[in-house]
Amino acid sequence: MKKDIIGKTIYSVVLAFVCIIWVLPVLAVVINSFKVNTFVKTNTFDLPTGEMNAGFSNFVNGMTFGNYPFFKSVLYSVVITVLSVGLILLFTSMAAWYIARVDNMICKIVYFLCVFSMVVPFQMVMFTLSKTADKLKLNTPFTIPIVYLGFGAGLAIFMFVGFVKSIPLEIEEAAAIDGCGPIGTYFMVVVHMLKPTLISVGILELMWVWNDYLLPYLVLDINEYRTIPIHIQYLKGSYGTVDLGATMALILLSIIPVIIFYFACQKYIIKGVAAGAVKG
Amino acid sequence: MNKTRSKTPKESIKKHFLLFMGPVLAAFIIGFVWPFIQGIYLSFCKFRLIKDAEFIGFSNYGKAFSDASFRYSFDYTAVFAVVSLVLINVLAFTVAYILTQNIKGSNLFRTVFFMPNLIGGIVLGYIWAMIFDGILSRYSTSILLETKYGFWGLIILMIWQQVGYMMIIYIAGLQAVPDDMIEAASIDGASRSQILFRITIPNVMPSITICSFLGLTNGFKLFDQNLALTGGQPFIIQPDGSAIKTTEMMALNIFNTFYGSNKSATGVAQAKAVLFFILVAGLGLLQLAYTRKREVQQ
Repeated sequence: MKKDIIGKTIYSVVLAFVCIIWVLPVLAVVINSFKVNTFVKTNTFDLPTGEMNAGFSNFVNGMTFGNYPFFKSVLYSVVITVLSVGLILLFTSMAAWYIARVDNMICKIVYFLCVFSMVVPFQMVMFTLSKTADKLKLNTPFTIPIVYLGFGAGLAIFMFVGFVKSIPLEIEEAAAIDGCGPIGTYFMVVVHMLKPTLISVGILELMWVWNDYLLPYLVLDINEYRTIPIHIQYLKGSYGTVDLGATMALILLSIIPVIIFYFACQKYIIKGVAAGAVKG
Repeated sequence: MNKTRSKTPKESIKKHFLLFMGPVLAAFIIGFVWPFIQGIYLSFCKFRLIKDAEFIGFSNYGKAFSDASFRYSFDYTAVFAVVSLVLINVLAFTVAYILTQNIKGSNLFRTVFFMPNLIGGIVLGYIWAMIFDGILSRYSTSILLETKYGFWGLIILMIWQQVGYMMIIYIAGLQAVPDDMIEAASIDGASRSQILFRITIPNVMPSITICSFLGLTNGFKLFDQNLALTGGQPFIIQPDGSAIKTTEMMALNIFNTFYGSNKSATGVAQAKAVLFFILVAGLGLLQLAYTRKREVQQ
């Protein structure tokens, strides 16, 4: 028994050590966001003390760095993510319920296409998709969510159909007997039972849309609209000098909300990711 | 009686086809079905703009196969995918195994290991580019100067990002291994390693399969991290003037062919994209067939 306790303590110590290594990259971002640009490359792992200390100047410069205001990128990222995830959750769960309950030929075809779309890499459709989106004026932050709904429908419908099939039909039949039409049944009964899956799918789609770079880069007019990943990529891209200090400041600002969100909803995030992985 | 009762809701749901299915169907056709069909068609065409596409048969595919940079990126991607798959899975399984041994602080460890998974690929690339250059600049070199730095740099980045994700799947698998099986074995005098290799690992085989295929397809589809960390550098200039980007993976190669300086290569790029799709979808189908077979056995 004693040997066991020693073994476990060793495990704990080793893992604690690995954990510290695991947070170091984030710490490196923090210390370098307060460092004068020229020292970021030469003294990457030193604390920003003395002449290396830039105070908050990196954050101030970063706001307008790259010829595009950072807060606009944040705003567009939020708009695109919220609208896309909202549209996906509402419409794919409705479609999934229809597919699972009606289950005729059309439903089977749509379901098959959804599963099929999950194995298609984005490169396969990126050129034609961006041209189609352009033609249909889906190239603004307020219309691009429709593209996300289309390309993200596969996984969402797959997960929702799987869950709806496990809900006993009797509950919906009881609602129908009580005089509920399909719309009432869906919004007053089914949605409540779908809640855990809504959260799982919502988190998966949220992580995808928020971090997505290529789709908005190809579809949006990037002189006018940028998202956070596009903004970060363009800091290094075309403006000659690279201000690493300001880049790190913006990276820090963009990961802080993600980390706060993670600690607040950790339980759901881990559950959602596990559910998506086992199915995907 | 029972049959007519359950039929009523279904018939009335059916009447609302447009409301329930309409929005998703419209978006799905715009966002997937139409671009996919058009993509297949354009891979057989010569075009700059879609409207003046001209059918030319398989010649784009011929050019794609004879493109040295594409063949290079395939080899590079395949090696990368296999190496990252093995390393990530071994590490993730080890961490998950230790975390399921009832040790102190396992919740905190799990939280920390999973965290990098939420950071986007572009941001990850720049974080690690800074770290690697911070180390390599002491030896007056850079991650952009040597292929091996770019390769192992991307491996380290992917380990940091993916170990936590795979760990979650392994933890779920390990927790499903029946305790009484392990107890029975230890009463029969089995050693720890015997229990691990004879009972635990065979019981988590489904998780190992899932994680292996996930690792493989993730490796093949990698784009953002590749673009942000090295963007394909360093380049080797070929005798004919074209460049092989020595850390460029398949997805980035296709992207560069589409949007690079050679504007007449869009047809070839689309053909590459179709080949890439067949490869990735093939891996997906293989996974499906494999997991189905295992399900039957159990």
